[in-house]
Amino acid sequence: MASDTATPLRPGFADPTLNAQQVFRRLLEAMAQPGTLSELDCPLEPPRPLAPATAAAALTLFDGDTRVWLDGQARSPEVETFLRFHCGCPLVADPKAADFAICLAWPQDFGTFAWGEAAYPDRSATLIVQVERLEEGPGLRLSGPGIRETAEVAVSPCPADLAPRWAAMRAEFPLGLDLILTAGRRFCGLPRSLTIAEA
Amino acid sequence: MNTKAAGYNYAYLDEQTKRMIRRAILKAVAIPGYQVPFGSREMPMPYGWGTGGVQVTAALIGPLDVLKVIDQGADDTTNAVSIRKFFAAVAEVATTTATERATIVQTRHRIPETPLREGQILVLQVPIPEPLRWLEPREAETRKMHALEEYGAMHVSLYEDLARHGRIAKTYDYPVLVEGRYLMRPSPIPKFDNPKLDRSPALMLFGAGRERRIYALPPHTRVESLAFEDHPFEVETWEARCRLCGAEDSYLDEVIVDDAGGRMFVCSDTDYCNRRQAAQGKPNPEMLGGKA
Repeated sequence: MASDTATPLRPGFADPTLNAQQVFRRLLEAMAQPGTLSELDCPLEPPRPLAPATAAAALTLFDGDTRVWLDGQARSPEVETFLRFHCGCPLVADPKAADFAICLAWPQDFGTFAWGEAAYPDRSATLIVQVERLEEGPGLRLSGPGIRETAEVAVSPCPADLAPRWAAMRAEFPLGLDLILTAGRRFCGLPRSLTIAEA
Repeated sequence: MNTKAAGYNYAYLDEQTKRMIRRAILKAVAIPGYQVPFGSREMPMPYGWGTGGVQVTAALIGPLDVLKVIDQGADDTTNAVSIRKFFAAVAEVATTTATERATIVQTRHRIPETPLREGQILVLQVPIPEPLRWLEPREAETRKMHALEEYGAMHVSLYEDLARHGRIAKTYDYPVLVEGRYLMRPSPIPKFDNPKLDRSPALMLFGAGRERRIYALPPHTRVESLAFEDHPFEVETWEARCRLCGAEDSYLDEVIVDDAGGRMFVCSDTDYCNRRQAAQGKPNPEMLGGKA
């Protein structure tokens, strides 16, 4: 009976060591040069509805030391099995307790996650926000560390009030959240140090 | 994965350690100049030999990377040679001495003279990451000072230099302010190299192994060397030029050449000097003989 109802388990990285290294470098590029999109360069067929980039970031960064929160859309037996098996990460119900979150819909309120403490701003959540489409070009205008002048990135969907919400969070710097946007095989980093305006 | 050094994971560190360091690096990049604590591991070399830099490099490096390692600007000193051999063995990477060919440059105490470009990563070895440490020994207090941007003590310390010597006497590890927010120690690079930190196109990662801290400067980050309006920041200058290549624009080492007080000045950056010499048609023993 168990074998009939067991949740299918999708494979992780073909070469966990090498692929994690490659994906980390793409994530590092995305975070260090916001607005410059980087692309997953290894094959991965994750459980739906996770995009390959979302799953790759999870496989690269999550393990038994990271508490992970999944939003309503990401939460499914298949995704949970995938993360538990490949990452061994505890899944938590309270977003405030999470080191990482996978959001398939933009969170309504950034304040539901941990922003860190004044003495330890790194004790804050990193959100992996999966969207439909990421393109370099008019959309959000980014400036700050990692960007020579300004960078433009088109994100869809994107909440209409992202810029003011981000500005409210930016005012609390160095506290805040760091976002990794994913779409298909693409990554775009939105570290808390950025200033975001609508282009 | 097969590695030449049998029995070790690729790039020496186990995967969980790499993930922990990678997470710390991403937080460090997101909060430029802030020191992220990390679980530094025992490395097969003593503290003070670049264990922080080695761990950062190990978390980054892949088979497609080209690694350059320098110590005080030189590719051929003990520390540089042993770290280069270490990664050639455990990570199977190509190594180089040419700055522009490297994807990762691990360095102790210098930033190369050849300008770095976008896409390169400079990994700096850091002995003491906390700029306020000699002013305030308690970590809990320095954390609070960073949280409150309470950097007056550092300005007083620089002012005391002015009062005593007529100039700021700090010549290396000269404190900087990152994006107008975090006070940061740039590691013991000469202050000559401080301008290279400002708006660098390359990513800079700082690893302190013994003190268990990682911090970062993303590309194009504003980095300001502390100074006073009436005593602006200045870098060292020399009357001499490099005896070997004639460079006037590079950081010079003073070398004692005999027992009679004879000395000469030469470039501290061996790659820069060797290639200038080669361009001038001077025979270069390093380029004639085989070399690791």
